[in-house]
Amino acid sequence: MAAFALGNLSLLLAIPVIGAMLLVLIPRQKSKAHFTCALLFTSLAFLWSLTILNQFDGAKGEMQLVERVPWMRFYGIEYLVGIDGISLFLVLLTTFLMPIAILASWSVKDKSKEYLFFMLILETGMLGAFVALDLFLFYVFWEVMLIPMYFLIGVWGGPRRIYAAVKFVLYTMAGSLLMLVAIIYLATRHAQLTQVLTFDLLQLYDLHLPFHEQAWLFLAFALSFAIKVPVFPFHTWLPDAHVEAPTAGSVILAAILLKLGTYGFVRFAIPLFPAAALAAAPVMIALAVVGIIYGALVAMMQADIKKLVAYSSVSHLGLVMLGLFVFNLQGVQGGIYQMLNHGLSTGALFLLVGMIYDRRHTRMIEDFGGLWKQLPVFSAVLLLVTFSSIGLPGLNGFVGEFLILLGAFAVTPGWTAAAATGMILSAIYMLWMFRRVIFGPLTNPENQKLKDLDRREILILAPVVALIIFMGVYPQPFLSRVKPSVDLTLKRVFAIQGMPTAVNNTAGGEAKNDGR
Amino acid sequence: MVATTQAVATVDLLRWMPLIPLLASLINMFFGARLGRKTAGGLACVAVLASFAIALYIFWLLPATGMFRDTVYTWIESGSFQVKLSFQVDALTAVMLLVVTGIGFLIHIYSLGYMDHDEGIVRFFVYLNLFIFFMLLLVMGDNLLVLFIGWEGVGLCSYLLIGFWYHDHANTIAGNKAFIVNRIGDFGFVLGLLLLVTELGRQGIWTLDFMELQQHVNLLSPERITLITLLLFVGAAGKSAQIPLFVWLPDAMAGPTPVSALIHAATMVTAGAYMTARLHFLFVLAPETLSLIATIGAATAFFAATVALTQTDIKRVLAYSTVSQLGYMFVAIGIGAFSAAIFHLFTHAFFKACLFLGSGSVIHALDGEQDMRKMGGLKAYLPTTYWTYVIATLAIAGAPFTAGFFSKDFILWQAYSSPRGSTELWFVGWLTAGLTAFYMFRQLFLVFHGECRADEHVKAHIHESPVVMTVPLVVLAAGSIFAGWLGAPEYLWGSLWDHWLQPIFGGAHEAAHGSPTDEINLTLLTLAIGGLGFLLAYFVYGRASKLPDRLASLAGGGPYRLLLHKYYIDEIYDVLIVRPFTYCSRWLAQVFDPGVIDGLVNAVARGARGFSLIWREVQTGNVQHYLAGFLAATLALLAYFLKQQ
Repeated sequence: MAAFALGNLSLLLAIPVIGAMLLVLIPRQKSKAHFTCALLFTSLAFLWSLTILNQFDGAKGEMQLVERVPWMRFYGIEYLVGIDGISLFLVLLTTFLMPIAILASWSVKDKSKEYLFFMLILETGMLGAFVALDLFLFYVFWEVMLIPMYFLIGVWGGPRRIYAAVKFVLYTMAGSLLMLVAIIYLATRHAQLTQVLTFDLLQLYDLHLPFHEQAWLFLAFALSFAIKVPVFPFHTWLPDAHVEAPTAGSVILAAILLKLGTYGFVRFAIPLFPAAALAAAPVMIALAVVGIIYGALVAMMQADIKKLVAYSSVSHLGLVMLGLFVFNLQGVQGGIYQMLNHGLSTGALFLLVGMIYDRRHTRMIEDFGGLWKQLPVFSAVLLLVTFSSIGLPGLNGFVGEFLILLGAFAVTPGWTAAAATGMILSAIYMLWMFRRVIFGPLTNPENQKLKDLDRREILILAPVVALIIFMGVYPQPFLSRVKPSVDLTLKRVFAIQGMPTAVNNTAGGEAKNDGR
Repeated sequence: MVATTQAVATVDLLRWMPLIPLLASLINMFFGARLGRKTAGGLACVAVLASFAIALYIFWLLPATGMFRDTVYTWIESGSFQVKLSFQVDALTAVMLLVVTGIGFLIHIYSLGYMDHDEGIVRFFVYLNLFIFFMLLLVMGDNLLVLFIGWEGVGLCSYLLIGFWYHDHANTIAGNKAFIVNRIGDFGFVLGLLLLVTELGRQGIWTLDFMELQQHVNLLSPERITLITLLLFVGAAGKSAQIPLFVWLPDAMAGPTPVSALIHAATMVTAGAYMTARLHFLFVLAPETLSLIATIGAATAFFAATVALTQTDIKRVLAYSTVSQLGYMFVAIGIGAFSAAIFHLFTHAFFKACLFLGSGSVIHALDGEQDMRKMGGLKAYLPTTYWTYVIATLAIAGAPFTAGFFSKDFILWQAYSSPRGSTELWFVGWLTAGLTAFYMFRQLFLVFHGECRADEHVKAHIHESPVVMTVPLVVLAAGSIFAGWLGAPEYLWGSLWDHWLQPIFGGAHEAAHGSPTDEINLTLLTLAIGGLGFLLAYFVYGRASKLPDRLASLAGGGPYRLLLHKYYIDEIYDVLIVRPFTYCSRWLAQVFDPGVIDGLVNAVARGARGFSLIWREVQTGNVQHYLAGFLAATLALLAYFLKQQ
């Protein structure tokens, strides 16, 4: 540990923490300075992540920029971080959205110092979870994220914030405790079989446990991740958390935290326990598809826009889960792309809802109507994001959706057809909401004096909107970097099964499991 | 396939056709307010004119057997699956290009006048240019996915333009209905597309490219092709308003009238017919699908025509007429006469655009009035509108030597004589031709002849439309006659049209049986029923009479009410689909999710709390209690171990 040089990824993890430390030193009264400091450090982290993107070799599927420092030698626990095509863009999504989330928090006046402190710690927690390659380290980051989020909801949230915050933490904890047990069990089994005690994910990948052991371990991991995603029927914490969370909290929760669930599947649960994952696929696919339809149906009848968006997340992430569990390139690649899309589109939706809430202090659909006349810029952006969410070709959502459906259709046409009804349902609930909020006569006097977006708000939305269009028009820079890592992950899954891997180059080829 | 030197020369030009309207749309979106209404409108028109000019130039260069291509970049690549953003122009696309940009340009010009007083004129042109962009993607895409971008994009524009006057709920409800019903169709379309890709993919061919699909179509089994084409047809039925998905189109008339002319008559709604023609090589291999398409087409044509008989809204008559005419196109497709379908698409674009714009001119003159019962006698006030309307009416009714005469007779002849046709198909088409003549002349008489029934203050302001509106009318009226001359039957001067599309559809429609004499006889029969329709309309509506009321009260007024309410289809859908669906959704959202799913979660939490509440009682804090417990436990353990030994 003598020559501990801070690597690229470690520096990225450190930047928000340094920002948080500096924040502590700034006197309480200077709230402008707090925001500037937080904005500066989150922007710095974003810029730094761009240099990481620059160094990243998109042709390689293996882990890159790996840093390994022994941490608790006796237990074989290491500080081990690295990045591949799967985590790369999730890291970038995080660093991209954090400055936006800070900018969107301008209206937070109360205890803004602590608020920003938690935001910065949260960023490190999320980034750490995405880059950690040591299971124990991952678990630490996974839990670290909970605490700031708990406070963000519990202190700066809406009227039922305590209930929502406690529900969020307890629900997540309940799942992750089982995961901790599984992690420890896995490491000890590895020690038994190879005489090496390690939590190194890459070494644990090569541990071939018998099916019945894999099954239990998979269940423990899967439960934890399924709650996070959330997979139907573990989703009820989400609407509560979203409704109560402050705008930036909702944005981060939807755009990034939920992705840790799906990321967990593709990084840990599936490649660590491939036999179990393959066996569980029919159930997971069924839950995913039920989630798509169920989330959409429930979203339709929500009176609160935030709740509507929350349930639409259940629907969209169901689609991601479908992609991940068909185990072919198109499905998984599309699933990962869809994680990014959902982050942008839903993030933007929550930002927009927050902006209108700041003005009217309500999120009830019935309180609005006819906003286009008064807020043309706001309405135009909402229109674009709405259609991104519906999956209009040319915008980001379509690319992921189509790849997922393509991958899934080769494996399980029946379930895919059911999943594809999502494209009808999402149009129904989103356009219905849009019509009631934006169209119609501007009758409510409260709405007649609303001001359109100001410069700060346009600055917040412009980069997100630009990416929504860019990723729909030109997805290749993303897809091509994701592909090698997905190939490698699928190879891991099928190598253990003794299945041919060439099939990964085609959309499914012969069906490996038909989901029924 | 064909890589002539010409193809290379024009490669880069293709992309500019869609790109120019897109750029104009973006410029107006961001700077339209600053440019001012006139400049913004001018820019929009010039952009479409530029596309039209390129289209003409391409058309000029294009050899009948050739094809131009322009690949812009790789859009999506995932393993062997690859989709390029790539354009192609062949004889079929060239026709569509001319329709979209040519008629599109005329309608843009017309809109300068029609939307002149509207405060949202800049927004209108943003949408309209965007529509042209997507429509061009649709007809120029060289693979199914680029077609699908256009397909969905025109749906978006349609949605936005139907609800253009968004302050009125009825308009935006109609917009939603249009998009959602189309999405139901797209659901089928996407599944058909997925099935096609994965079926071919199984055999190592990963493509959505039309040319490659055509080459490899023989790899697919007949059953698969039937399923694929059926699913794709669901999409076509949505977009082209066929039974059972036609319900959105009549409501779509809520949009400004130029939109009805451009999107909901001449171009977008014909996309379904275009798509099936584009994939003709698949459809001809699926006889079951084709016969279903023919049946649905004929049923739609007849059914919509009967509804059009009773409507009182000037635009609704035209809307049902469009549905009916689209039905004709699908009859042609169903019997494998793709060339005839595209021909009718082409002529219909002229006369129906002319009719819609004419109705727009009337509405404009009457200050927004759309009820034909409040019109009448406008012939004197709006001479140009009147005469163009007469020509277009004659064309759609199939008067000799007008465009509709040639294209409709072509379809009817094919329906009768082609191996896939039948006398029944011909008969329904023939009957519909009579109905068409009747409802169109009814409209003509109600609007332009007789007494003027408008309110006095409206009457005082009736004026002929400005030149920007009447010139497009005149051009379209000319097209309503001459566009048909391209496809004359063999007994006249023969069809240039068939010759032009021959390389595309080549063997698609087999040799017809029947002689030229049969063809002439059938034409005379069609003319006869058309004439009958005209005469009936004249006697009932052309002269002041009580006949309409008597007709309406026929058989207790039941048949009339049935038609007036469009067979209550909307109401039936509402009861059978919409209400159960919303009920189910509401139950899930208000009962099941909070009660059962979340209820279980909270029950677990309460259980844990209750459990700990019980055990809390043990923690009394009294040392004696603890000691007593300690003693009891020790004794129990002792007893246990003693017993073990």
